[in-house]
Amino acid sequence: MTINVSMTVNGAQVSHDIEPRMLLVHFVRETLELTGTHWGCDTSNCGACVVRIDGQPVKSCTILAAMCDGHEVATVESLEVEGQLDPIQMGFHERHALQCGFCTPGMLMTTRALLDENPDPTDHEIRVAISGAICRCTGYKNIVSAVRWAAEHEAATANREG
Amino acid sequence: MQTPAAFEYERATSVDGAIASLERLGSEARVIAGGHSLLPMMKLRLANPEHLVDINDLTELSYIREQEGEIRIGAMTRHVDLLRSDLLAQHFPLFRDAETVIADPVVRNRGTIGGSLCQADAAEDLSAVCAAAKASVVIRGSGGERVVSMDGFHVGPFTTAVGAAEILIEVRLPVRPDGGSAHEKVERRAGDWAIAAASAAVWMQDGTIGDAGIALSAVGLTTIHVTRAEELLRGKAPSDELFAEAGAIASEDCSPASDGRGPIDYKRHLAGVLTQRALRRATARALHQEA
Repeated sequence: MTINVSMTVNGAQVSHDIEPRMLLVHFVRETLELTGTHWGCDTSNCGACVVRIDGQPVKSCTILAAMCDGHEVATVESLEVEGQLDPIQMGFHERHALQCGFCTPGMLMTTRALLDENPDPTDHEIRVAISGAICRCTGYKNIVSAVRWAAEHEAATANREG
Repeated sequence: MQTPAAFEYERATSVDGAIASLERLGSEARVIAGGHSLLPMMKLRLANPEHLVDINDLTELSYIREQEGEIRIGAMTRHVDLLRSDLLAQHFPLFRDAETVIADPVVRNRGTIGGSLCQADAAEDLSAVCAAAKASVVIRGSGGERVVSMDGFHVGPFTTAVGAAEILIEVRLPVRPDGGSAHEKVERRAGDWAIAAASAAVWMQDGTIGDAGIALSAVGLTTIHVTRAEELLRGKAPSDELFAEAGAIASEDCSPASDGRGPIDYKRHLAGVLTQRALRRATARALHQEA
């Protein structure tokens, strides 16, 4: 059995015939060839595969692509716009918040969602937000610092523009 | 690579439509809500449904409201909404206690109360929360609705009273005066399943405990409803000695297994200590004396 699924991915409408059992992470990586999203533990523990569905961060290894039919999906590729990095990406760059980079796409999508909801999170709030995102080499200190960097620079930009 | 075995998929557009699909498809069909328990089970071939009926579009099952002296929670209400509900926290603060430590924030965006309860995993927190709060659940089939207590709902490990062509649609929590509740959990690391967890609720009456609810997670094949400790508490004035006695009963009445999370005696000890702590906090909340 294949079924047709249509959804918006990073602002573009996509439509494909897939097996119902295809997980969103594989749909994104293999069907759409958006390999920025990483496929990690497969058990909704590590958080490397986090994408946003209708704005909410979710673990794409534990959701069927079919369940996203009619919804809006955003992957890590959506962060950079016209060559301009998102402040959260710049924060990870500035504060050396990635070493091997495997967890980075999930970390970026999870913390971008945090900042959209809470533009000035405390270190504790950042740690709670990424408690479902596992980093095995960089360490969390620089990641928390990167999110704070992004929060501070977004606030400064908003003040300038305001 | 973990991928579920092949199945057929359809989306329900109404509760009755979902029930009609389940009836038509037979016993190898399953409802999928958040999918954060069912999909991992399917990847491991612990569950092999031939058909999935997706109920994520049934937003009419996503609500937390006060009605007819009860807090009523729709089965599709997600963990994140249970965590954030001030109405729920006001009447049953043990939900917020539990939701703060159930999985992680990203998982909580998907998982639902109905899915958690129907999974009936003994290590799952909300089953104990609902048992302690004296909840009942509404189960609907083509023949109508029935209301079942949590004791009647939990049939066995991973088994509930929900029939093959039925859907759990609502959780009901009777609101009684002078109540307080708390959930205490010990886990190895953030987001993990409990080593042990205890839910407690008390309803005060003239300075004594009029009624109490106590249930344990992760220390038996099913959620453990500690009725013996509830009986002990009824009609007595709250005290640390009384709670210690209730904790001792909880230690005795659970049946944990030794595993990577700890040996049996440690888990029994935890069950007792957490019961005591949950009772102390539940009572403080009932008396508006929480530190």
